[in-house]
Parts: sequence; structure tokens; C-alpha cells
Amino acid sequence: MNRLSSVKELEELRKSIVQKRDVKKTVVNICGGTGCLALGCTDVIQAFKDEVDARNLGDQVDIRVSGCPGFCERGTILTIEPQNIFYQRVKRKDVAEIVSQTLVDGKIVERLLYPDLATGKRVVHENEVPFYTKQKRLLLANSSRSDPENIDDYVYFGGYAALAKVLGGMKPEEVIEEVKASGLRGRGGGGFPTGRKWETTRHAEGDIKYVICNCDEGDPGAFMDRSLMEGNPHSVLEGMIIGAYAIGSPEGYIYVRNEYPMAVKNAGIALKAAEEYGLLGDNILGSGFNFHVKISRGGGAFVCGESTALMASLEGKVGEPRAKYIHTSEKGLWDRPSNLNNVETWANVPLIINNGAKWFAGIGTAGSKGTKIFSLVGKVRNTGLVEVPMGISLREIIFDIGGGIPGNKKFKAVQTGGPSGGFIPENLLDLKVDFDELTRVGSMMGSGAMIVMDETNCMVDMAKYFITFLLGESCGKCLPCREGLKQMHRILTRITDGEGTMADIELAEKLCSTMLDTSLCGLGASAPNPVLTSLRYFRDEWLAHVNEKRCPAKVCKALITYNITEKCPNCGLCVKACPEGAIAAQGKKKPVLLDQEKCIKCGTCYDVCNLGAVQVK
Amino acid sequence: MANQRQLKSGIKRILSRNGNDSAMLVSILQDTQSEFGYLSREAITEVSKQLSIPLTQAYSVATFFKAFSLIPKGKHQIHVCLGTACHVRGADKILDTVERELGIKPGESDKELNFSLDTVNCVGACALGPIVIIDGKYSGEMKIEAVKPLLDSYK
Repeated sequence: MNRLSSVKELEELRKSIVQKRDVKKTVVNICGGTGCLALGCTDVIQAFKDEVDARNLGDQVDIRVSGCPGFCERGTILTIEPQNIFYQRVKRKDVAEIVSQTLVDGKIVERLLYPDLATGKRVVHENEVPFYTKQKRLLLANSSRSDPENIDDYVYFGGYAALAKVLGGMKPEEVIEEVKASGLRGRGGGGFPTGRKWETTRHAEGDIKYVICNCDEGDPGAFMDRSLMEGNPHSVLEGMIIGAYAIGSPEGYIYVRNEYPMAVKNAGIALKAAEEYGLLGDNILGSGFNFHVKISRGGGAFVCGESTALMASLEGKVGEPRAKYIHTSEKGLWDRPSNLNNVETWANVPLIINNGAKWFAGIGTAGSKGTKIFSLVGKVRNTGLVEVPMGISLREIIFDIGGGIPGNKKFKAVQTGGPSGGFIPENLLDLKVDFDELTRVGSMMGSGAMIVMDETNCMVDMAKYFITFLLGESCGKCLPCREGLKQMHRILTRITDGEGTMADIELAEKLCSTMLDTSLCGLGASAPNPVLTSLRYFRDEWLAHVNEKRCPAKVCKALITYNITEKCPNCGLCVKACPEGAIAAQGKKKPVLLDQEKCIKCGTCYDVCNLGAVQVK
Repeated sequence: MANQRQLKSGIKRILSRNGNDSAMLVSILQDTQSEFGYLSREAITEVSKQLSIPLTQAYSVATFFKAFSLIPKGKHQIHVCLGTACHVRGADKILDTVERELGIKPGESDKELNFSLDTVNCVGACALGPIVIIDGKYSGEMKIEAVKPLLDSYK
């Protein structure tokens, strides 16, 4: 690889890459992201390589392991260029057929096409898949056509043109003004105006400043950053280099959580490739600007997603936050001015520089500009990553793009903002997704996790889930969070065990207000949100648990019993499956008998019974 | 089980790979755990000695982060995801089943050191929940009745 020593050389490289790419050649793009990995994409990729070799098609067919396009529900996903054919739920055993039918004979394998959920009609082309067409994919646009380990693919799609524009004639202050004018707000959860943060850091006192990428993505249910860092790491890196130039920082860190090994690996490959091309390191593109980046792994702590805790961890200390009356833009890592932004925030920067602040500000609402990637998961038919313009309604996301609730069940609530966010009920589904709107109803944008719940989820259990999660993740430094979560957990356990009283609910509300006001950091201060919104919108469920000792959704183990009904023909499946041997056959054609004393309410019998003979009361 | 000499030289190599920098403590402990299977008292003591940091600082970091194990790990590492999306799809029942099958709770290893069980708060494969990961291999859309066959395949 030749080191690029000028903006001009980068453009020449881009031209030669574009020329070299044969757009008519058949390319099989197979998703190599973590989601498809869990569904066996490694076997699919190997099978393609073997099959293409065996048939001597190597000259006519290229195989590309691509980044994550986010439609994880349908993995393993592959897209065949140039026809743009989209195959989903591909398994190893399908590969031989795809090669002979589609690659050799030019025919479509119907059963691997995406079926429209409403009509059942099969969709052939990637750009016609309803899940994608209703999105506005700017950040995720090229993931399915690029190999994240190959920097040339990024350059092919216009990568590093924004950096060239910046280094080729923009002053740092101009870059900051552009980002400010775009209205970009932090995508990690805080929603702080990015341009303003950059400006504060630039003006802070000190020669050495740091630029940090927060890829700790601890919100359970969120995997937007995973997809970006695994699938398009250069988009994040380019944003960071531009930011470092604007702020005047010579050194940056990418902090990736320990649980994302592929993201760590692909970020490392990207750094190395960028350095080899002279796009990172000393004298970037011959501009005289120096910027070096290191990767740091998290140790498995949700609290390290908080900026001051993250920086403590980078210093080799325990991940404990500190009070932020002095912002990290003034004193952060090693007490030096530090600008920390989320992965998705950084990835938006090249788009803003390339297309202009006005273009970006033209997307979204007055208070929230641009697009946002949401991870739509839980009880929804099309689970995966959804990139939409700010201002779209929750209903459109969940029903039009998400395909609604599976199994003909009824929608109950959607949770946004992770453990810091809240539950939003059915009557608020027409809410426009926007930082301020979500906060107004008691939730928040958060990092982008959007978890859908149906009638079989208990809202008291869900509140307890989040408190349990936060209890385990609390760093323990401040009393309101440490003791507050512990007591909240006790109260919620009493309620779900059928031992709660009205006094418990009142105490929970009081505790919430104390934690909100007095916790040291966002973890404790926002921990009340799930509890408060659950009480606000689903109070009747809490009252049922407390006053009637009843769980309306039939989830809380202490308040339900499993029963075998008359429907049971004694097939014996549940007898075999029961881990406690609590079910006994009673003779031919008689329903089996469940011993309530032995029953541990594991739900195995309910799951294995195909005849609906197990009832939960 | 590594002897003192192997521990000393192994940690020396790890430290030099990490610039002999105490700011890299989390990374150093991760590499140490990767190499020696877990963070023994001897390993943590050796790290603090070679880095010239107080033993309490090394222990403080080793006990704060979930990635670290201070007890020997089993041959096979099982992680059950308890993220929100997995929870909503019944991950707690999957965990109960794994606990019952192996007779251990999260954070523990079985007596024969065949299996270690841990929970993890979201691995980012939420569309495929509930997820169980064994030795880095992901098994998605887990069902209660699929747990025993999966574990048996590793016995």
C-alpha cells in the first residue's frame, strides 16, 4: 500500500479503485456480523468458497464478507450483485442450489426470497424489501456491499472524502461551525449538541487534548454501535479524525466493550489500514496534522458507558464516575480536556461534511436533526436495526417497518432509552420520535434500544428486571444509588412474590424521587424511570399484584399456577420433559396429573405441549 | 495450573506488550486471564509487583469488572445473555434450566471443572434472543428443551 501524501493522491486512489471494480461481475455479499455469526454465516461463507472452487467459477464470482446491514431476524443474509438479489435465512445446505441456480443459470431460488409479511409475495431485490424501503439508511447504506476489513471498499463509496475536504481547505473553527449548524446531538443517550461540545473542548485550557469514541454500548437490547463498529469502522474513524482536527487533539481512544470481540478486531484492522494509507498517524494526507488512535477494551461494566467512569477505566482505575460540575471537555482523561462522543455521533460527521449542515438540518424535527438508528427487538416480527429520520412515529417504526407483534398478540408497551428510559403505552404510539418528545412522556431517546412488549409481559416484572440489572451494575460509590437500588429491589421482589402492600408502592415512589435528585451519576439518577413510567401507565397491574395478589400477564411465578386441562390426551411429552418429575401419567386417554407441590413453575410443560392442554392461571 | 516461574515470565511478556503502563491495567488483567485461565492470587500479586502498584489497586480493578474471574474456570465457558430483549423472550427460564442441568449458579464452575457459568448483559445479537454462548459459539433462539442437548454435546 502506498502512503498517500496529499488530498490529490487520495482522489487518484479513489479513481483507480472505482475503475478497477467491475460492476458487472457477480459478487456474493454475505453478512459476517455477530448476528449472522450466531446463525451460521461462517459455514455459509465456507460453503460458497468450496462450491465456487469446485466449479472453477473463481474468475466469474467474487465472495465478499460484508458488514452488518441490521436485518438480523432474517440472517444469514446475502446480496448478489449486480442484480441486487436478496436472499435471507440462508443455511449451508442452500449454498449448492444458490450457486447452480442463481450464479450459473441466472434463476431465482424462490424460497430464499423475503416474503412480504402482509401479502406473502416474495421480494427479489434488496432495495424492494419493505423493512429497508421504509427506512432512511444513510449510516447503514453501504454495509451490505463493503468488506469492513478492506479499506478500499470504504474509499470506493466515497470514504475519507470528508476528511480530504476538511484538510484540503477548512479551518478548525469552520468545521466546528458546520457541525454546530447541522444540529447534530449526541447519539449515546445524552443528546448534547455535538458542535458545542467540540467548541468547548477546543477552547479549554491545555496543550494536550483527547478525542474518545464511546463504543461501550451497555444498554441491553442495543446493538447499533456494534453494527457500525463491526461493519463500517472507517466511518467512525473518519469522524474522529475530523473531530480531532477541529478540536486540536493529537491523540484518541476507541473504547470498545469487552463483549464485542468482532468490533475490537475490525476496529484494529481499520486503524492499521488507515495508518498504512497515511489517513491516520503523522502528517495525515501531507497536511501536517498528526493524530494517533489506540483501542482500549472494557472489562464488562455497564457504568463504564458513563463518560467519567470510562475515562477512569482508561486510566487503569475502577470505573467509578465523578460529579460533573467540571465537565470532561475542560478536565477529562488525565485531567486534560477530552471530547467523548458515541460511535453513531462520530459516524454522522463525514455525512455532514460531505453533504453540508443545511442538508443534515433538513432531515428530522426542529429539535432533533438527522437520522437515528434504533435496535428494534423483543416482541416484534422484523427485529433488527432500523435507521429512520427523527420525527417518524413509534407506530410507523413498530408496525410499518417492524411488521407488528408476532403470534397475533396485542401490543402492550415499548421501552426506549435502556435502563435509563421508560415504557411507552399504546395510546402514545403516534408520538414523534425526538429527543424532547420522548423525555416529555417520561422516557428518553437513549442510545437507541427499542424493546417491544406484548400482553404476555408483566410491567411490574419488567420494572424489577431493570432494577435488578442496575443493582448489579451500580459502582457502589454513592449511597442513593447503592442503597436505593437495593431497597427498590427488595420492594419489587415483595410485590412480585405477592407480599407487597400499598405502602410499598408509596415507598417506591419516594425512593425514586430521592434517587433522581441525589445520585452522583446518570445510572442512579435515571434508574427510577422504568419504575415511574411503569407506575404511571400501568398502575392497574401494580394494584392487581398488591391488592389481589394476581399477575394479570401471568408471569410472576409466585402468583401463578400451571394446570393440566381436560384437553390432555396423555401423550406423555410433558411427563418426560418435566425437570422435577412433577407430572405423572394417569392411564390411557386420561389427562396427566401435575403435582403442585413439586412444580417449580419453569414453564417447560407449557412450552412442549402442542395441544394447548397446559393452562396458566 | 502455571508455576511461579511461568507466571512471572508470562506476565512480564504481557506487561511489555502493554507498554509496562499501569493505565493499561484492565487490558493487562484481561491478557493475564486469557493466558492463565483465570486471575489467581499469585497472578494478581505478580502483576502488581511488576507494575509497582499497590496490591489493593490491582485487586480493586480485578473485582470490579465482570470479565474477570478469581476462581478457576471450567473447560467450557457458558454465557447466558440476560439483556432486555432476551429477558422479554424468556431468558430467565433458559438460565434456570442451565443452572438445574449443571448444578451451578452464575459465577461458579462445576466440581469437575467442565463448565463455568456466567450471565452477560447483552452481546448485541438481540434479534436472536434468547442467546446462549458456549466457548464463543453463539446459539440463538434458544428453547428450554434445547438446553440439555446443547450442554450434552459438550460433555
